[in-house]
Amino acid sequence: MTRARNAGTTFKPSALSHPKRTEGHSFLLSGVREGAGTVPEKRGKTTSRRLSPATDPEVTRIMKLTVEELKQKAIELRQTALTMIYEAQSGHPGGSLSSADVIAALYFREMNIDPKNPKWEDRDRFVLSKGHVCPILYAALALRGFVPYEAIHTLRQYGSPFQGHPDMKKCPGIDISTGSLGQGLSCAVGMAIAGKRDGKSYRVFAMLGDGECQEGQIWEAAQAANKYRLDNLIVFVDDNNLQIDGTCDEVMPNLDLAQKFEAFGFETWRIDGHNLEEIVRTLDEVKSRKNGKPKCIVYKAVKGKGVSFMENVADWHGKAPNEEEYRRAMEEIAGGLKP
Amino acid sequence: MTAVLNQPKKIATRDAFGDEIVELGLRNQNIYVIDVDIGKSCKTTAFAKRLPDQHINVGIAEQNGAGIAAGLATTGKIPFVCTYAVFGSLRMAEQIRQSICYPYLNVKIACSHGGLTPGNDGGSHQAVEDMGVMRTIPNMTVIMGADYFAARKLTALAAETYGPVYLRFTRDPVPVIYDESAEFEIGKAKKLREGKDLAIIANGDTVHLALKAADELQKQGVSVKLFDMHTLKPLDREAVLECLDTGRIITVEDHNILNGLGSAVCEVVAEEGRGIVRRIGIQDRFGESAPYEKLLEINGITVENIVNTARQLLERR
Repeated sequence: MTRARNAGTTFKPSALSHPKRTEGHSFLLSGVREGAGTVPEKRGKTTSRRLSPATDPEVTRIMKLTVEELKQKAIELRQTALTMIYEAQSGHPGGSLSSADVIAALYFREMNIDPKNPKWEDRDRFVLSKGHVCPILYAALALRGFVPYEAIHTLRQYGSPFQGHPDMKKCPGIDISTGSLGQGLSCAVGMAIAGKRDGKSYRVFAMLGDGECQEGQIWEAAQAANKYRLDNLIVFVDDNNLQIDGTCDEVMPNLDLAQKFEAFGFETWRIDGHNLEEIVRTLDEVKSRKNGKPKCIVYKAVKGKGVSFMENVADWHGKAPNEEEYRRAMEEIAGGLKP
Repeated sequence: MTAVLNQPKKIATRDAFGDEIVELGLRNQNIYVIDVDIGKSCKTTAFAKRLPDQHINVGIAEQNGAGIAAGLATTGKIPFVCTYAVFGSLRMAEQIRQSICYPYLNVKIACSHGGLTPGNDGGSHQAVEDMGVMRTIPNMTVIMGADYFAARKLTALAAETYGPVYLRFTRDPVPVIYDESAEFEIGKAKKLREGKDLAIIANGDTVHLALKAADELQKQGVSVKLFDMHTLKPLDREAVLECLDTGRIITVEDHNILNGLGSAVCEVVAEEGRGIVRRIGIQDRFGESAPYEKLLEINGITVENIVNTARQLLERR
């Protein structure tokens, strides 16, 4: 395996130098800070391939970005996640790209969180039940200032806050460790019950994969969300119809996931997971629905979204791009999503 | 060395849990009970009635119960997930590993029906391997009290101590051997008899059998050291080393002799490279429907077998 950076370096935030800036590249959109999306000239040098923060980390509790700003943020998230996976030569690009737009809306508009106080007890919670797509979550945490941005160069390395799957003990801003599919929703339900019982106004967001919904525990958790009237629980399902062994329809048909959640007592929405106007509108609507019903937003998504050769290709579930693929991918992402 | 057997009273240790958890819940509103539709047999109905705001019943869905406990624990609650040992250790095993032990959350798994105690329920409900499964998961503490008072005290200690704990209780009544004043410490075996010829290390519902055996051997002129190893993990290594000074150790447990107390003691003894161990326990077999005492007898978990094993060890020179 080739590693773009010196493998095995222990992550020490204080010891990391600030990334050197390099010339901006033509494929970068204006507004993406120069250096973001920098493509290495040659393997082996460490200075030229580092990204720098795309924006200064925000420390306010809720960031209220506009839809246009969120679109820009989604580009930064995709580029950051892909850079992490490329440098680590390991990780899951497909699902990271498919959930980028929802993550942008959650972390830069919706969630009430404080990077300076990641364990703030009144914070909104986020449970990435499909833990393998963590590069996109790490990108959000890095861009939001939970973790020094430089940490993106340490994905999957010894001592990194960015473990192969989310580890709440190692990474600030991770509300529960995940990685074994099917378990996160139960944990989210536990957090939401605690919120209700303690009279707190925080909300719990959970993100599931459609393939993950083949796990029985998801439905055990769903029935409990109904019983305990958890309208503070908002479940996103990434409906990309791909899993490792093929399409969900081939491997194990999910039928209509929105209908299933509805049968379990949820209030459901079906939206386009790459349309930020729609994502934002839906989140605004969800907020007003304090009716005792847990929420489920099934968003149609394209695995690998934003990179033409990764889109809808199951093989890109857990594979890192090579240098040429990375370069092409970064250019395409910089162009924004095609309508 | 307070343990005595002159009290003929027998109480199931699941009742001890049921009594203690109410006390704990009344004192600390962060104590939660998560039931999985067997609150009646796990003795949590009093808790559910008195502390409904600290009680959750997830229905017949153990894995979800463990996951909800993990989520609750991230907010500062101290949840006790209550089920039978066979489900608590196996049906929930991966959730305990991934969602509780890996993130080192403050969740307690409180299980009735430990070992062969659910005698007439049959092999499907008798947990012969639960403590072995639990002790192999990093960050997990594994405890079984010997009687009513031990189980109560250890439950309270588990609540006070941060981290995942697996607590195992009996369904069937077992003799009371301690009194209310007995003190316990997690990870510190309780010495019940002092002796120099041979040592017995027992845990859970077999401690009273070991006590009888020790007293019988004493009558025969054999000086027996006896420990109640209520905490299987972390194992009290010092206690095992002290036992090793006699050169002969018998372990007694209501658990498979593989991966339970016998194995744990053997690990220490092998590393020391001296002494000999005989393991009395479930002989790597499933149980079946029968009275609990009959099942113990089938597996040789009896006073008589402990005494005979001791005599055989003493004859070895």
